[in-house]
Amino acid sequence: MSETAPHPRLLYCHCQYAQVVPKEVKAAVLEQLCQSGTAFEAVADLCEMAARRDPALKRLAGTGAVKIAACFPRAVKGLFHQADADLDPQSTEVLNMRTLAAGEVCARLFATDLAANVPTKASTKPENPAP
Amino acid sequence: MALRDSSALRVIVYEGPGSDPLPERLATITALLERGHAVTRTGGDRPVAPADAAPTLVLGRFAQAPEFSGTTAEWRVRDITTLNSAQIADVVESTRAELGAARHGEWKPWFPVIDYDRCTNCMQCLSFCLFGVYGVDGERQIQVQNQDNCKTNCPACSRVCPEAAIMFPKYKAGPINGDIVSDADLQKEKMKVDISALLGGDVYSMLRLRSDKARSRFSKERDSDKALTERQKCLVKLAESGDIPPEVLMSLPSPEEIARRAEEAAAKARAALEPLG
Repeated sequence: MSETAPHPRLLYCHCQYAQVVPKEVKAAVLEQLCQSGTAFEAVADLCEMAARRDPALKRLAGTGAVKIAACFPRAVKGLFHQADADLDPQSTEVLNMRTLAAGEVCARLFATDLAANVPTKASTKPENPAP
Repeated sequence: MALRDSSALRVIVYEGPGSDPLPERLATITALLERGHAVTRTGGDRPVAPADAAPTLVLGRFAQAPEFSGTTAEWRVRDITTLNSAQIADVVESTRAELGAARHGEWKPWFPVIDYDRCTNCMQCLSFCLFGVYGVDGERQIQVQNQDNCKTNCPACSRVCPEAAIMFPKYKAGPINGDIVSDADLQKEKMKVDISALLGGDVYSMLRLRSDKARSRFSKERDSDKALTERQKCLVKLAESGDIPPEVLMSLPSPEEIARRAEEAAAKARAALEPLG
């Protein structure tokens, strides 16, 4: 288990205790992870772990770059914070399985670059963005 | 359920040197996730999280069981060559119990998550919640302290937050589910608070008043079926106005108890907002 390998670690959340992530999306993402031959971490439900302040979240948040297939980046950031396991916004990319297709999630998971997208300050989206 | 600082069992699906690939990898990992475990699959050129103090079970199709060293945690190694995915899940569950790792699935993880980038520490959520979900830390910063006191599927406290800083990640819609907050969302949140202020600033009093009025009306009804229908209609209206599950409204305590709890929560909020002496 290397801590200094070049690629980001991969973390998948199964959102086991709610039906908010489309079943077909999470099933397809997990299937491609399993078929890929690559190493990854999978958890049953980040919310449940955050509620228990599971020390495992510190293990998952620490030690370098990570890509997380879960839900909204703002929510994922808050969940880790709640467990005293802050994510590093510079080295974390969250892929939202509630809004993205499985193919889009997997393309970003397996890409060698990391597009950090965890919010670092309060921001709002305008209702009608300028064209 | 009492939540505690216990770690989930870490299950390592080991397919490195000395272990054959799993024929039922997807089925096995899915079965483990459905039982609430955290799974690490090794292999390839990516890193995984390092070993820590979590209780750990290493599964593999071992020609010769490997030895692991350098950890302080409870480690177990299990050869699963002859087992199918359901049998593997059973083995893991019994190991979880044996190692005293966290149990899962007894509670739907429904609780507020604070977006501290937005939160202004105004304590409205603390004042509002009757169930003691919120508290403050040593520096008087609002925090979620009793997640399991939260009423499942009730996002009411997020509705009183003027900054849209309270998320419920398992909620159906944004921005409560963690989606980006829009300007329109903020305007809506402000309007809600203003409406609450116009009504006397006490949402629970308003709800109780409406409920009492409805009850008084029902008591004059001779037809109990009709009264029940009316009551159900009224509850539906209340539930829709705050997106509060009817079962939460039905389980609200007596008016006296509501008043007591509301005063207790307000006192906590006032104390948190007082200047440090």
